Amino acid sequence: MHELGITQNIVAIVSEHAQGAKVQRVVLEIGQLSAILPDAIEFCFDVCTQGTVLVGAILEIREIPGLARCRECGAEIHLNKPFGVCSCGSVQLDLITGEELKIKEIEIE
Amino acid sequence: MCVTCGCSDDAESTITNLQTGEVEHKHHDHTHTLPDGTIITHSHNHDTQHEASQVHAKIHNTTISLEQDILAKNNLIAAQNRGWFKGRNILALNLMSSPGSGKTTLLTRTIHDLKHQLPINVIEGDQETANDAQKIRETGCNVVQINTGTGCHLEASMIDRGLQQLNPPLNSVVMIENVGNLVCPALFDLGEQAKVVILSVTEGEDKPIKYPHMFRASDILILTKIDLLPYVQFDVQKCIDYALQVNPQIQIFQVSATTSVGLESWYAWLSARVANFSISVSV
Repeated sequence: MHELGITQNIVAIVSEHAQGAKVQRVVLEIGQLSAILPDAIEFCFDVCTQGTVLVGAILEIREIPGLARCRECGAEIHLNKPFGVCSCGSVQLDLITGEELKIKEIEIE
Repeated sequence: MCVTCGCSDDAESTITNLQTGEVEHKHHDHTHTLPDGTIITHSHNHDTQHEASQVHAKIHNTTISLEQDILAKNNLIAAQNRGWFKGRNILALNLMSSPGSGKTTLLTRTIHDLKHQLPINVIEGDQETANDAQKIRETGCNVVQINTGTGCHLEASMIDRGLQQLNPPLNSVVMIENVGNLVCPALFDLGEQAKVVILSVTEGEDKPIKYPHMFRASDILILTKIDLLPYVQFDVQKCIDYALQVNPQIQIFQVSATTSVGLESWYAWLSARVANFSISVSV
């Protein structure tokens, strides 16, 4: 379950930036093509924050939809999986958004 | 979802109580979809707490914008590993597959066949046991076992520690055999020069579209156990089409490590990659 390790990373990074202050809210950006399940992050978050300055903090997850540009015709295509076919028939797609895995902001007391 | 431990679920999961017949649908109490398609979900049900904290943050200006990549630390260590390999002219490959695809058999065969041409050392990743490492050790090469315990993938820091133990010689090849799992290892850069996904014909031709992240991340697909094709239902062409749909750049080899069919092309790729790597380092 890679989400567990990733949530531990989130807690470590946020704790470092909070510098001892109590954290009230954590905002994440997770791309829908990133192979990270927001549900699993939420589940792990409650466990991983125990005994840290993040305990009780609200977790807000912004899921960023997948968007790609076709290398052949330049069209932009919405994707819900990390591959697809352009209306021109090409499968040569460059992902623009959807792979994000980021701590956007935190709120501290 | 993690194929190793089968944990987690998707947002559409339901729980059915067979005693009462009650079906509970999982849903988020606080989900909003913005005009651009971004979905925002809040954890907990602390509506008032949430609003209060936002107001508090506005008054006291305590929101810290981080914009920090969660995998940044892993990626930094991976970059250091990559530099370490490059400085020693070592080609490192990250071998990934589901459990039982024949990674270890292919690896021992490759080491055996190439040991007079290419010095190969191995970092072996498994949740438990050193069984595979022992099989590889029997070929005479150096091998370090990393047991991840509950972890379902190798991370760059584990490779960093493993390399200190392995101490591979200059101008050699390091094969990193990842934990058997078609999901999680795809996310973690180890500092390798290429990712190799191994799929056996006993697993089903639709794996590339079922586990697209793995096949998209990989440079090479090695289709193994092709000697079993007469006995299993596996459409090779369909598998190749799926793999190329997910990753048009992926290079595909079809091999059998037991009959040695197709191994020459894999060995030729490996030798060429070593040669190219040496040239690029020396320039």
